[in-house]
Formats: sequence, C-alpha cells, structure tokens
Amino acid sequence: MSWFTQTIFSTSVGRKVIMALTGLFLCTFLAVHLAGNFQLLHNDGGQAFNLYTKFMTSNPLIKTISYVNFAFILGHVIWGAYLTIQNKKARPTGYAYNDPGKTSSFSSRWMGVLGTMILIFLLIHLKDFKMAYMGLTEELPMVTYTLENGDSVTVKDMYYEVTEEFESPIVVVIYTLSMIALGFHLYHGFQSAFQSLGLRHPKYTPLIKAVGFVFWGLIPLGFAAIPLIFFFCQNH
Amino acid sequence: MSGHMNLTLKVWRQKDAKSKGKLETYEAKDISPDMSFLEMIDVVNEGLIKKGVEPIAFDHDCREGICGMCSMYINGHAHGPKKGITTCQLHMRSFKDGETITIEPWRAKAFPVIKDLVVDRSAFDRIIQAGGYVSVNTGVTIDANAIAIPKENADAAMDAATCIGCGACVAACKNASATLFLSAKVSQLALLPQGHPERAARVEAMIDQMEAEGFGNCTNTEACSAECPKEIGQEHIARMNREFFAAKLGSNNTK
Repeated sequence: MSWFTQTIFSTSVGRKVIMALTGLFLCTFLAVHLAGNFQLLHNDGGQAFNLYTKFMTSNPLIKTISYVNFAFILGHVIWGAYLTIQNKKARPTGYAYNDPGKTSSFSSRWMGVLGTMILIFLLIHLKDFKMAYMGLTEELPMVTYTLENGDSVTVKDMYYEVTEEFESPIVVVIYTLSMIALGFHLYHGFQSAFQSLGLRHPKYTPLIKAVGFVFWGLIPLGFAAIPLIFFFCQNH
Repeated sequence: MSGHMNLTLKVWRQKDAKSKGKLETYEAKDISPDMSFLEMIDVVNEGLIKKGVEPIAFDHDCREGICGMCSMYINGHAHGPKKGITTCQLHMRSFKDGETITIEPWRAKAFPVIKDLVVDRSAFDRIIQAGGYVSVNTGVTIDANAIAIPKENADAAMDAATCIGCGACVAACKNASATLFLSAKVSQLALLPQGHPERAARVEAMIDQMEAEGFGNCTNTEACSAECPKEIGQEHIARMNREFFAAKLGSNNTK
C-alpha cells in the first residue's frame, strides 16, 4: 500500500478525513439542490423548474459533477459503515448501566442511524423523481414553452411529477421526517468535519458554528417546506 | 452513627480474564459521607473478607488523583458522576442515602478485564513506547531563557501533560477511541522545541500503534473531554490531526 492509501484506509484519522471531505462536499450539493428546488415556488406553472431540470440533466459539466456526487455519497456511506463496524468491535462488551446523555449530544451518538435514515430517504427520492425523469418507472408528459427570444422548447414536465408526488400525505410525512433526520445529522456532522480536518481556532470556530446553523437548521427547513407547501397550499 | 449512609452496590465480579463475569449485589452499611469512593470499597471488602468472600479487586495507588490507576465506571460515568476528578477523589457525599450504585470496569477491546474492576491498560504503555518520548538525553538543567518558548505554548503543553493515562477517555467514548489520550501525548511534545525533531515520526508511529491495539475511531462526540479527570480539551485532538496530516503529507516516509 502506498502512504496515501495506508492513511485513508488504515488510520482512524485518515478515515475521518474521507468522512469529512465527502460530507462537506455533500453539504455544498444540498445548498445548490435547495436553490434549484425553490424554483418550484415561482408560481409560473413550473416553467422555470422544468427548464432548470432540462439544463441540469443535459449540461456536460453538471452531469460530471452529478456522477462525482453519487460517488461521494457512496464513499460517505461505505466509509461510514466501515467506521461504525470497527467502532462496535472496539467495545465487544457494553456497560450494564450507562448515562451518555450528560456528556455528548444526541446527534453525535446517533450519526449512523440518522445517516441510514437519510440513505433510505435518498433511495426513495431517487425512485420518485430521478427514475421517473429517466422514464424507468413512468412516462412523464411533455410540455412546450415559448422562450423570450421566440424559440420554443419541449421538455419533460417534472413539475407535474412533483405536484403528483406531494399530493400523497404519506410521501409528505416521509419527506418531512427525513429532513428532520438530516438536520440532526448535520448538527453534529458539519462542525465535526472541521474538527476531523484539524480546523479548530478560537477566531474561526464560532464562524463554523454559525455557518453550521445554515446547514443543520435552515437548509433542511427549506427542503421540508416545499412538500408541505405543495400539500397544504396547492391541493386544498 | 448519625449522618452515615447505607447503600446498595452492584459490582462487576469476574474471576479472571478468561471467566465470564456478572454483576453482584452487596450492601454497604454505615458509610461516612466524608469517605472517598475507594475507602467505601475498602470497608465493603473488609466485610466480605470477614464473611469469607473474595474481596473486590480494583486498581488504586496514590489516592490523590495524580497516578491514573483508579478506573471505575460508576453509575454510567467514568470516575463517577462528578466532573474533573478521579474515582479516588470522589466522595460519598456525592451520593444519596439508600442509593443503588452500579460499578463496572472500563469497557474496551483494548482494555481486557483481568479481574473484577481491574483492566489491562498496557495498550497505553505500548502507544507511548511507539514514540511518546524524546530520544536524546536532555543533559543538565540549562538556563531558563536559553530556549525561548511562548507562554501560550508552555501553558498548552502543560495542559496536555496533565494527562495521567487513566483511560477514562476510552471508557467514556462510545467507540472506545483513545484519541484524546493520544492527542494529549502528541501535543505536549509537539508544542515544545525539545519535541520538534521527532514530531513527524512520533505522531505516525503512535497512531499506527493505536490502530494495532484495536481502539475505535474518534467521531467527535466530545464525551472524552467531559469525563476526563484532567479536563483535557478537544483542541488537542484538532492539533494532533494537523500534526498527523503534516507528517503524512510532508515526511519522506513513503510507506
């Protein structure tokens, strides 16, 4: 093994770097994804969102980044599972009486479970939307828009798919609970990533905590708001 | 005697490393609230000896919080429920009369139980042997100002050096990780000029040894600092991580 693979596979500090870097990359993905989703709230019958969806699935640079994104999700999951298995092995006999609630946060102790919930959500989410868009689970209707320059484009009506999905109360409940899990996961994960990278400083750690609030608080709230708005405002 | 306490103890009893242990219940009667936790165990043991029962084996030495020998997991906390103290500094006044107290050994694959509450912590010794020292003799005492050291660094090195190697960090960590112990030992030498010549090789060798001993991975729950009798902080872990990256990326060791 080279020094590099030895570091990221065989040392706990190196393994945590992989968790931290993939995790932080996925955080930037969340921010971009949410910005795109907000176009669902444009009140234009889905034009902005549908054109955006077409762009995101056809631009070669974006497509490349999306493959990197899937690879990072996979890396985060595999390394996370590996770390969890090792950590369980490090304490074969547990305590009969334990009281960890006073010394560590709920989030930090349940990262594996929260992460698994998010993974299950991701699989549901990909089936609901990605596979539908790819025409694997259903055939989406087409919609034609006339652009400002007079050209007309015909794209798949992803907006229609979104309104269909978020009519179901079960889907809305699953999406909302998953975003709560995401919030708890990032409450520990975001700032923990910086600690794993050795980035801790009296001047900058407060900034990391403040930006962390955007990721564990505001971004999951923004994601959860969209199905709730569709369910309560557009169907009733 | 007035003001004395009666307690119920649930103590982990295990004959030897190979036997299967279990929690046994004992009554601790007429305990003074001014006794230390270990003195209370001494009293219980005297009673057990009189009854012909094997006394409870536990580690202890200085009984003033500096040797790092005592190691009991009391009511779900390493060194008991109070912060910043070892088991020997814990007093019975911290408990209520009639309370049930559960006492277990440190639990970690790298700290196997030898007998009752005694665990083998030689994994820590092997980590120190891997690099937690300065190789050259430092000679006679030199003039205090011959090597200028910033006060801030001297203080941080001293904070790290207060680690007594008791293993409470490993016991408290949900992953049985030794990262706080390691970070204290790496920091105390990395912060001082005497430690600089070997700092890259040291952190790599010590972390390799930590992996070999079977400790878990740090997930930054911070339980270790909360339970550490010397309250060693998380900043040492961040420093050790930086030391490790600098060593891995910059040293000539290509393995």
